[in-house]
Parts: sequence; C-alpha cells; structure tokens
Amino acid sequence: MSVLGTSIKRREDPALITGKGKFTDDFSVPGMLHAVMVRSPHGHAKVNNIDSSAAAQAQGVVAVFTATELEATGIPGVIPTVWLLPGIKTPAHTLFATDRVRYVGHPVAVVVAETIHAAHDAAILVEVDYEPLPAVVDPKAAVADGAPQIWDEAPNNIAFDWELGDKDATDVAFAAAATTATLELRNNRILPHAIEPRAALAQWDAENGKLTLTMTSQNPHVHRLLMTIASLGLPEHKIRVIAPEVGGGFGSKIHHYADEAITAWCAMQTRRPVKWTATRSETNMTDAHGRDHWSTAGIAIDADGKIVGLRIDTHAAMGAYISTFAPAVPTWLYGTLFSGQYDIPAIHVHVLATFTNTAPVDAVRGSGRPEAAYAVERLMDAGAAAAGLDPVEFRRRNFIQPDAFPYQTQVALAYDSGNYLPALEKALAAADYDALRADQAKRLADSSGNAKLLGIGLSSYIEACGIAPSAVVGSLGAQAGLWESAKVRVHPSGSVTVYTGSCAHGQGHATTFSQIVSDRLGIDVDQIDVIHGDTEEVQFGMGTYGSRSAAVGGSAIVKSLDKVIAKGKKIAAHLLEAAVDDIEFEDSEFKVKGSPGQSKAWGDVVLAAYLAHNLPEDVEPGLEETSFYDPANFTYPFGTHIAVVEIDRETGEIELLRYVAVDDCGNQINPMIVEGQVHGGIAHGLGQALWEEAVYDESGQLLSGTLLDYALPRAHQLVSFELDHTVTPCPHNPLGVKGIGEAGAIAAPAAVANAVSDALISVGAEPIDMPFTPEKIWRALQEGGT
Amino acid sequence: MYPAEFRYHRASSVEEALDLLDRNPGAKFLAGGHSLIPMMKLRLAQPEVLIDIGRLDELAGVSANGDSLSIGSLTTHSEIASSPELRKHCPILAEAASKIADPQVRNKGTIGGNLAHADPASDLPAVLVALGATIQLRSRDGARAVPASDFFVELLTTSLAENEIMTAVEVPKLGAGTGSTYLKVEHPASGYAVCGAAAVVTVEGGTWTSASLAFNGVTATPLAALEVVEALIGSDATDQAIDRAVESRLSVPDPMSDLYASGEYRAALAAAYGKRALKSARDRAG
Repeated sequence: MSVLGTSIKRREDPALITGKGKFTDDFSVPGMLHAVMVRSPHGHAKVNNIDSSAAAQAQGVVAVFTATELEATGIPGVIPTVWLLPGIKTPAHTLFATDRVRYVGHPVAVVVAETIHAAHDAAILVEVDYEPLPAVVDPKAAVADGAPQIWDEAPNNIAFDWELGDKDATDVAFAAAATTATLELRNNRILPHAIEPRAALAQWDAENGKLTLTMTSQNPHVHRLLMTIASLGLPEHKIRVIAPEVGGGFGSKIHHYADEAITAWCAMQTRRPVKWTATRSETNMTDAHGRDHWSTAGIAIDADGKIVGLRIDTHAAMGAYISTFAPAVPTWLYGTLFSGQYDIPAIHVHVLATFTNTAPVDAVRGSGRPEAAYAVERLMDAGAAAAGLDPVEFRRRNFIQPDAFPYQTQVALAYDSGNYLPALEKALAAADYDALRADQAKRLADSSGNAKLLGIGLSSYIEACGIAPSAVVGSLGAQAGLWESAKVRVHPSGSVTVYTGSCAHGQGHATTFSQIVSDRLGIDVDQIDVIHGDTEEVQFGMGTYGSRSAAVGGSAIVKSLDKVIAKGKKIAAHLLEAAVDDIEFEDSEFKVKGSPGQSKAWGDVVLAAYLAHNLPEDVEPGLEETSFYDPANFTYPFGTHIAVVEIDRETGEIELLRYVAVDDCGNQINPMIVEGQVHGGIAHGLGQALWEEAVYDESGQLLSGTLLDYALPRAHQLVSFELDHTVTPCPHNPLGVKGIGEAGAIAAPAAVANAVSDALISVGAEPIDMPFTPEKIWRALQEGGT
Repeated sequence: MYPAEFRYHRASSVEEALDLLDRNPGAKFLAGGHSLIPMMKLRLAQPEVLIDIGRLDELAGVSANGDSLSIGSLTTHSEIASSPELRKHCPILAEAASKIADPQVRNKGTIGGNLAHADPASDLPAVLVALGATIQLRSRDGARAVPASDFFVELLTTSLAENEIMTAVEVPKLGAGTGSTYLKVEHPASGYAVCGAAAVVTVEGGTWTSASLAFNGVTATPLAALEVVEALIGSDATDQAIDRAVESRLSVPDPMSDLYASGEYRAALAAAYGKRALKSARDRAG
C-alpha cells in the first residue's frame, strides 16, 4: 500500500528531539573568530563620527570595521530589493549605515574578536557620535504634512503608490448599493520570532578564492545569488551557501540581511573563519517584521444581500529600507486576495507604502494574505450586520458557486478550483453553531449582568499559494522566477537520493518528499533520502516559503520521477523485447500489459541502466533525472475557521474557549504533518490576534523588544484545536496539492476579531482592533457597552 | 545576552557569605539567579563579584516555630508551593508561589531572591504584606526582623542593608475561621502579575473580625488596602459589604503603567480582583 496520504512519523524528529540536530551556531571550526555588530540605538540620527580605537585595542579584539573599511575594499556592499514596482523608491541599503542611521538595529560597525565575550565587551567601546533626528514610525503619520523625511529621494516618505481593480466601477457600485459598511482597520506589526535566531559561519579559502557560508536560510541559492550580485561581488560559483538545520523562519530567513554579508566579508578580511549569531534582542530589532497596516475598507451590498462592491485604502509601512521581497507583500500578495471566497463584481484596492524609522517589513507567514483575509472577513461581518443577515447566511449568499470555476476575480487572480460551502457547513456542524448562538443569547438575557459575554467569529479565508508561475510574477515585478527544481538520482542498487531546491526549516520535507517518491516508485521510504539546503549539492532552487514546497517542489520531484520511469520503461521494453508503449510500471515492476509473468523488477532495470551491457541504442547509461517545474497557476487553499471567545465584562479579560478549523489544502501527503502545520499556523494567527504587537515609540525605540514585553502564544494560553478538512484537489499540479503552512496564520486573526466584535456588538460596544488585550476590551465596554 | 566579566565566590556558610560581602562591597548574592542573571545578561546589572549562596542548606526549608512558620530564604517557589505545612497552615503563600512564572523558574527561584529583588510585579510581596509576615535579616553586626510592610521601600528597593543577608521569612499560622486567597492577572509575556490580589480574612458569626487586602503589580511597592479593610471590620460578611467597601474606599495612588496595561486599567483590575479575592477568602474561611 502506498504511504502517500498516510501519517508516517517525521524522519527528521529523532535527531531534533534528542538534541542531535546541528544548527548554524552548533558549528565551530579551528581558528574561528566571533563577530558582534555595533548597532544604531537611534531610530533616526546623523552619524558624525565613529571612534573605534578603544574597541580595537581591547583584549582579544582582532579587528573593528565600519563602512569606511568596507567601501575601501570595493565590494558592491548593498542589500538589494528583488521585487520592483512602477515608481518604487529603493534607496541604497548599504551593509553598514554611513552618515545616517534610519532604524534601531542597523549596523554601524562590527567587532571581530577571539571570543564571543571579548567581542561583546569591545562592541560597547565603539564610540559613535550620533545627532538624533526627528523620527516617524507610523505608516499613516509618515505621509502627514511636516513628517520627518527619511529619504531625500522619497518625498513625503512615499515608497510607492499602487492600485488594483476598477475604481470607477467600484465607486458606481457603492453609489447604487442598497447598503454599505465601512471599517477602519489596524493590522498590527508583528515580529517573526523563529526560535533559532539568524546566524552565519563564514569560511574563506583565500588560496582558491572560495567562500563557504553556513547560514540560517530558507533559500540558500537565492542568498548566494544576492551575495554575488549585490553584496560581496564574488563569482557565484565561488560561494557555497549551506543551510543546515534551520530552526524556523516564518519568512524571516527568506530575506537578505547585512549581518550575514558582513560576517562573510570579515572572514575574507581577517582570513579566518568568523561566526555571528544574533541575540534574541538583535533578532527582534533586525529580522524583517510583518504586517503594519492602517486601512479604510468598505463593502457595498444590494437589496438581496449580494455584495456588489468592495474597496480598501491601505497605508503600509515598509520600514527604513525596502527589504528583499517587501514590495510584493502589501501589493500582489495582498490586493489580489480581496475577492476572498466571494463573487464580487467590483473591487478596488489602493495601497500607499511608506518609509518609517523602523525595521524593514517583509514577508512573515502568510505575508499579505493574512492582512487581506483580515480585511475581507471583517467586512463580511460588518456587511452582514448592515444587511441585517447572520454572518453565516451572508457568506452563503455570496460564495463563488462550485460550477463557476475556474473563476476570474476582479483583482487579477483566476481561481482554479474551490468548493466553499461544504467547508463552512462542516465547521458550523463541528462548532454546533446554533447552540453557540443560543448560549450567547442566554448569557445576554442573564439579569445579574455577571455572565461572561460569548463571541462567535467566522473566517472563511482564501489564500494564493504554490508560489508561483514565473512569467506571471515576472510581469508583476519579481526579479526572479519562482519555479522549483528536483534531481532524482537512482543509485545502482535501486535506492534513491532526491536533491530538491526546496529548503525545509521545520516543514518535514524529508518525510513528505520521500512519501511522494515511495508512492511513484513503489520502494520503501527507507530507500529514499532527501538532500536540500546546500548550493554545492543541489542544482538550483528557489527555496521554501509561500506554501510552495509541496505544490512546486513536490511537483518538480514528480516530473523527475516521471522521467526516471519513462527511461526505465525503455530499458525494460528492450530487456523484455516488448514495445515501450506496452510497458506499464506498478508495484515497483515494469510489466508487459496483458502478459502476466512478463516483467522486470525495479532493481533489475536500475542495475541494467548502470551496467549498460544491454541498453537500447538511444538510451544513455545511468538513471538520474533533473526537472525544473514551473507551476501553471497559484494554488488556492481555503477553509472556514470559527473562534469562540468569552469576555469578562468587569475586567475585559478574554479567553479563547474553542477553535474550530476546516481547511482544504487539496490532497494531503501526510495528514499528521498537515495537522501540525495547521496547529502552528493557528497559534501564530492567535498570537497576532490576542497578544503580539511590535511597538515603537515616537523616536523609533522598539519598546516591545524582548520576550518580557512581546507576548508569543504559549501552550497553556491556547485551546485544543478542533480540526477537520475537505479535499478539493488542485487541478493543475500532478499531486493535486495546494499548501497548508500559512493557512492558520491567515484565517485565525479574522476569526478572533469577528468573535470579539460579535461579543462587543452584542452589548452595544464598538468593535476594536488587534491585539485584543484585556484593557482594550475593557475600554470598549466602558465607552460603549450597556 | 552576554554578561560583563565578574568574579565568582561560593560561600559555604552564612558567616562566610557575610565575610565575602564585607570584603567585596557591591557584590551580589547569587541564589536561584532568576532575576539577577537575566539582568546581568542584558547588562542592566554589572556586579563585579557574585557570592554564590545557593548551597547554604541552613537557609533552605520550612519549619514550624510556635504560631508561625519559618521559611528559609533559599527555599524555592516549588518547595513553598508543595510544602505540606504551608498548604495546611498558610495556604495563600503556597497558592501564590504556585502561580509564579513556570515550573523551571519555580524549581530554581527562591523566596529570598524574589523578595530582595523587590520586583513590583512579583507574586510574593503583597501576600507577605497581607499576612503580616516578618523578614529576618542578618549581618556581621547581628540579626534584625523587618515587617513585610516596611521591607519594600520603593521600586526594586528594599530595606536590606548593603552588609545584610536575608535568612528567613516568618509567616503566621492561619487559624480556623480564617480564609485566604491569592488571585492573579498574569502578563501574557513575562508571566508577572499585572494585578495580584491577596486577601486574608477572618469571619466570626457572619461578621468580619479581621481582614487584610494587598496588591502586587499595581503600584511600585505592594499596595495595602487599609481603608477597605477598615470599612469591612465589624460589618456583615456579605458580597454587598465587600463591593461597597472596595468601591468607596480603594484608592490606588500612582499606579504603574506599561505597554500592556495603563495605570487606570490596573486600578480597575485592583477593584475587580480585590472584591473577588475578598469573596473567595471569605468563602474559604467558612
């Protein structure tokens, strides 16, 4: 029986849970030095002078470098932006800040020392003469009159001004609508918080001019390419990037940062290996943050409760610099999702992206899609209320119907498949929605006034995953293709090594990719190994993010497996003296159709390929195939999540009582891993909804810079999630898979927000925005609650 | 997250610890290390000398002492939370200790370190104030006892002198008819108290004969709600009496404020949880 679709245990786990997994910081090599960055403590300041003499003389210090020394070596020395939009401003993002610092955390110098302690002690001795400047940290405030100007080349701090959809048609729809609803929405800034901080170990082989860089990466080939063209200037083939075990990324390890490039450059300068590992505080300051939107959103509805228009106007923070893929996040990964699961005839999205004196904002789990789902699903509840309908009924009336696929939205995307009602119905049944509403009413009727409020919130989300068709993203500004590669090497004895361009950092690719291979070749998973994360071993790869690894990386593997089987059939046909078209491959055997007993086992054919004693004329020896798979479309996972919260009317304290999630990620390769991803994603989304917020003060200080202030969700704060799924396979990839890594983070914020709004509105209070802290709820109840 | 350089001594007796302290002005005692070490890693504290008192068994453990219980300053939070004597005779202290942080912290953190650090959002100070506990201090010049209500001077500051070590905390055995409760609103990130309410009450014949109420996390030092208690004594032990007393008499001067909760909200929490703690303690007294 095939293992595809079964919950075999993760092969990665024995090493990881016994502490044997080796992460970047676990590697040490003889003669290794330690780098510590000296970072801007100001959100915005002029740098008048840097005096590193005391640090340079400190015990154990080998070198202190600043922009001056770096520039003298003539390397390109910048961090590039590789997704461009019309009119975008991309001021030079130099590895070290030079005459001005624009956010807390930008490196101004690096100390390289014999020990990590010496490096930290000396870093404090680097004296930087700063002249603080007024700062602006809020994306809306950044475009206000008189706001401090961060870049001369970006008047009014505008990074770009982007729109999608038909404004005129949308205006007409709103004018003609029977009813409309408008919301002011805040999507809070969050920190990505991978458990493993970013780190790099650089080894420079001066004799051969070769750099080996072990680092925390979700896409080592992309990092290598960017090191070549923008940061270090070394030829691409002279850089080897290795991503060993990577302890989570959530997007933060896609991006290219100064620290890893500086570490590499330090190794080249000192001709000794250099290691740098971010502290948790540095991680919080410098990993690209997520979200940070202010929006005005509206929905227009006709007399039948059908949506006739939707519009949104968003201020999106970019931070002080435009990070690697940042321009795509509040635009093509955001604006394109505004049709949600609904048939909406007119949509308009406008985004004004602004520079702020904060860490750059880029992709964090879901990147753009959680922000869109939050707005759309908040609007669905507001629209339902305006139309006098239950939120469930309002969604039902507006779903894109199953026979309408493929469905062309008004915001560029063409949904390939979908069947939204069954997921909603399943979630409602699991939650026992009617009973919840009855409980809610009963509590409201309680005359003592002490009964806790119940809030019920739905989120019928959609996402665009399986990122992405290369030509499409190219036309939208990507400076890269987003295909994926796979090499399947069959060894002479029949076992298999897969070299994938996907780069797992917790997802379990070694397990799921082996299941794909095992299913296709009929060999045991123990006969299959999966190699990733090393530019020297893997041909090229675009990496892991955007819920793309199964849909794109997995499909590339299938493509290579198909080629392996096709070649195997040719060899088998030759050995069996049959026509190639008559050979079928199943249960690990090449068989002649209709001739039982006439067959060649997998191992025999593989061995024949390597012995090459008796091959057909047009067949080369060996059995190894490489494919580059470019998807035909995005994939469109969807589902309905329901959150149930309880609110203490006296204190505003909120408790999550239940969380029901029904997701449709297409075919499931390993349901246990799917479930794990859903769990993690929901926890991530609940974190954003209930606790997490990166807060800067007006001068650009990160106030929530430690885990004493920034509240990540913990197990005891969560509930047992109630999960189920529907299966609507993706029609355009060979596995019928769609992706699941981000679904929870996309769905959960809106589900909780709608639950909180539901509870507040039930007593006449106004809805509020994330994170739903007790004080905010208490104030809402004080101000408006009855 | 790397501390500045420091020297380390391990004391093998209280006397040696005091001698080392005398010879190294500014030295810090290292017990559980759960406040000190994080501060050193952030370089908010940079003591040149640490005196490890972690192995002074003479300072650890709970013992009965007539009408009171003596808790050695090195007793860990988990030992306090699980101590049969405390659970029986002074359950509010065990209850509060069980709500500190997480098991790892409770297994290492000590009552002495907790009190000496005097974090206003810590869980033990208000409980000791509500209990009328006494802090035992010793120096080379002798020993002295300080009431808990006098021990906490201001934010992160106690009446512990530079040359003193805390040896024990004395708490009363609570008798029949006395109930106690510690309720806590926990900060979701730090686990510290945004508001911790400690109530110890005695009810006889349906009326309050004694009561105390104190709060952690709300003000810079534990807030004893003396006026609330005054209003209660002698009145009927009803919900209405509690609500009236708290609503009319609770005052929260200079409440603390942070990203998570404003002073105004903390004061509101104190009112809500003050009532809840008093009601629960009363119910337990019955």
